[in-house]
Amino acid sequence: MFENFKQRAELSGNTEVKRFETTPSALQFIEDLLVQEDIKEEAGSYALWAQSPILSSFDADSMASRHPGLYFKVDRELAKNARIGITQLEWGLAETGSMAQDSTNIEQRLASALSWIHVAILPTTKIIADIPALMGKMHPKNNKYITLITGASKTADIERVLAIGVHGPERLIIVCVDDLQS
Amino acid sequence: MTQDMTKVVQKALKNQNLAGILDRWDYPTARAKAYEGVDFQALRNKIADIKGGAADHLMDLAQTFKKNAEANGVKVFIAKSADEAKQYIANLCKEKSVKKIVKSKSMATEEIHLNHFLEQQGIDSDETDLGEWICQLAHQTPSHMVMPALHLTKEEVSDLFAQEVKRPLDNDIQKLVKVARNEIREKFFAADLGISGANMAIAETGTIVICTNEGNARLVTTLPKVHVALVGLEKLIPNYEDAAPILAALPRSATSQLLTSYTSFISAPTPDENGSIKELHVVLMDNNRTAMAADPKFKEALQCIRCASCLNVCPVYRLVTGHVFGDIYTGGIGTILTAWFNELKSAEDIQALCIGCDKCKDVCPGKIDIPALILELRHRTTQKEGLSFIYKSALQVINNRKVFHSMLRAASFVQKPFVKDGFIRHLPMFLSNLSEYRSLPSIAPVAFRDIFKTIKQPKCSEKAVFFAGCAIDFVYPKTGQAIVTILNKAGIEVVFPQDQSCCGIPHWGSGSFDMAADAAERNIKPLLECNPDYVVVSCASCTTALKKEWAEVLHAEKRDDLINDANKVAEKTYMFTELVSKLIKEKRLTPKQGVQISELTYHDSCHAKRHVGISQEPRDALSAAGYHITEMKECDTCCGMGGSYTVKQPDISMQMLKRKLENIEATGAQFVSAECPGCLIQLGGGLDKAGSKIKAVHPAELMLDKFE
Repeated sequence: MFENFKQRAELSGNTEVKRFETTPSALQFIEDLLVQEDIKEEAGSYALWAQSPILSSFDADSMASRHPGLYFKVDRELAKNARIGITQLEWGLAETGSMAQDSTNIEQRLASALSWIHVAILPTTKIIADIPALMGKMHPKNNKYITLITGASKTADIERVLAIGVHGPERLIIVCVDDLQS
Repeated sequence: MTQDMTKVVQKALKNQNLAGILDRWDYPTARAKAYEGVDFQALRNKIADIKGGAADHLMDLAQTFKKNAEANGVKVFIAKSADEAKQYIANLCKEKSVKKIVKSKSMATEEIHLNHFLEQQGIDSDETDLGEWICQLAHQTPSHMVMPALHLTKEEVSDLFAQEVKRPLDNDIQKLVKVARNEIREKFFAADLGISGANMAIAETGTIVICTNEGNARLVTTLPKVHVALVGLEKLIPNYEDAAPILAALPRSATSQLLTSYTSFISAPTPDENGSIKELHVVLMDNNRTAMAADPKFKEALQCIRCASCLNVCPVYRLVTGHVFGDIYTGGIGTILTAWFNELKSAEDIQALCIGCDKCKDVCPGKIDIPALILELRHRTTQKEGLSFIYKSALQVINNRKVFHSMLRAASFVQKPFVKDGFIRHLPMFLSNLSEYRSLPSIAPVAFRDIFKTIKQPKCSEKAVFFAGCAIDFVYPKTGQAIVTILNKAGIEVVFPQDQSCCGIPHWGSGSFDMAADAAERNIKPLLECNPDYVVVSCASCTTALKKEWAEVLHAEKRDDLINDANKVAEKTYMFTELVSKLIKEKRLTPKQGVQISELTYHDSCHAKRHVGISQEPRDALSAAGYHITEMKECDTCCGMGGSYTVKQPDISMQMLKRKLENIEATGAQFVSAECPGCLIQLGGGLDKAGSKIKAVHPAELMLDKFE
């Protein structure tokens, strides 16, 4: 399931799939990315981490103190000036390499729709087959705003030439974590 | 076609940007890859069931949607007309003191010219979909339903953007996209209200589903305090699960993707980051959709999921774009929707552009018979307004066998000064454009019907009635002779009823179903008189008439007493190569051994391939008879003849022919064959005019001396 998911996701446009056995190793990867992308206390260089189950597994304050410009709160002004947005997703779909987000909380949308890089954390165990399978797991009755995310923001509106990063992220990094529970 | 339309077509043909872009995309290949491992027929059956079922209960579904969405806190308004929808949005803007609006892509808002209306109210409404924004800056309507600015080059887009940002820009597409991102980003944050469309509206849950690749709909529905979705009633589906098959087909058919980047299911107003609840309004718009649903024929068009695959495969659309072929909604399906949403009148000129090649019908994920519905539009226009005097007179003449046949005989004398090697290469004065790109065939000095009388027929245990059709009878009698010779070799006696005449396809194609039924009526009895084992036809169009259309048109014209006989004809009818292929398999025809192999490429006529499903049989027969077939690119794309289409739309027809000839030449074959005299007139004439060495020859003539 994971291999199919990874293959399809990486074909969906500027998308990388990383897999980690443990949460700490995934967190280390994310911290390295913050450094690599030069996250700092400056408009355009923020990193925003929206409310996620993974936050309960580490000390967010101490991470924020190590990386000025990293925020664990999301509002529209910060999001407008964010380089990286980090969210945790509900489900992965192997058939299309997509992920399902419960977007009811606006933080999830602001962090994943406005930044240049979207880091999507996904428990590896939550990769399922396809949309019909997802429909058994997420339902509009319980989830008032669901988004399926497949690859980065893209267009082919000029001469049918693919261009990435139109209104949303131009890079999608999927961080699959084996030991993460939702 | 009006004079104005002729000029519009000629102008459009001069700009082939869109055709070039579609060619580079190579949609058929990309689409096939996206559908790998998917049973397309099963999928589209499912979609047709869901959407067709929904069309039966549009208003019920609208009420269910309203009830369930309102229970979630959504405000739902059912608008009967475009005016009601516009007024609702205007009132809301007034109430909320809206000055600025951002929009994501919505054909329904285009349909009611919402931007223009809002502008009149002093409200700025900015498109945020890249293609729509480009069209807005250019003050143009979309040329394509999915990719609205496909007709513009990057240079043109760069100029438009430079004007908008007031600084010079280069033509790099990636950079241009970033310019748009910066400009539009500010608009998202400044807007008081966001307007979107929806790809689906789920009644069971009160959910709207929106697909975008750019991510603009997520921002339109998130950043402004109020969100309004304008949704046509045809977007309603009963249940949550019904969305799955549509999501499986829409991105694959529209953009050859497995899924669009962002697919949102919105069922309720959601809180802002400061805790206040946003407002969500859904306007369900009728604007003649319930009337369409009540029409037994046109109800089918509500199965459309707006993927625009009918545009991408259309040989006419690619040449003239949606600015000519369509109105707000473009291409084949656009012609139909325009007729209903913007009245029949505006669709009149547009419907004449469909050549009826049926390519779109094969790929439609909603399983809509688009060409048949366009023909139905033509039929209704004809009933209401009648055909032009000249055209009607011509069809009447064709339907009077004696007059028509005497005219053809007379023509074979009159044409003499213009004929050389069986072709007419130049016609004088006002007729000259008919022979500009294509030589015309001459009328044969002696018609097949007269030659046949001189061919002695053996007495055999099996009899075939030969229906020649006008072209073999009067233009290509040698083809008829070859057919008789080969059937005789297989031990089949050929009967030629002298009372046969035109099959009625020209009348049918012009929407004159009554005259088409007359043609069926005139022919059926003579064909069945000798109680034949086979009815053999060697013209793809006539085959369609005999196998399919006669029974249908007799039914449509309420002449049901003849339908049994029409069905009898249909059962016995074989296309010539279809029968030859069968006779070879039954070892009743034995190909000669040791014949020199000749190089051939085969053109599938639209009628043969897509109306009666014959494409393998002629290849099998010709291969057995000693021809090596090299397939040309787009072997089943229309050659541009289309019966009278070539006379009514000569400019488009000639462009289609040009492409076909290039594809034929590229094979390096000695012969091109097609079992359709109409196609052979077009191909043969085009090759002759171009001075090509390749000959266009009917399969029967190619196989004449190839059997023991």
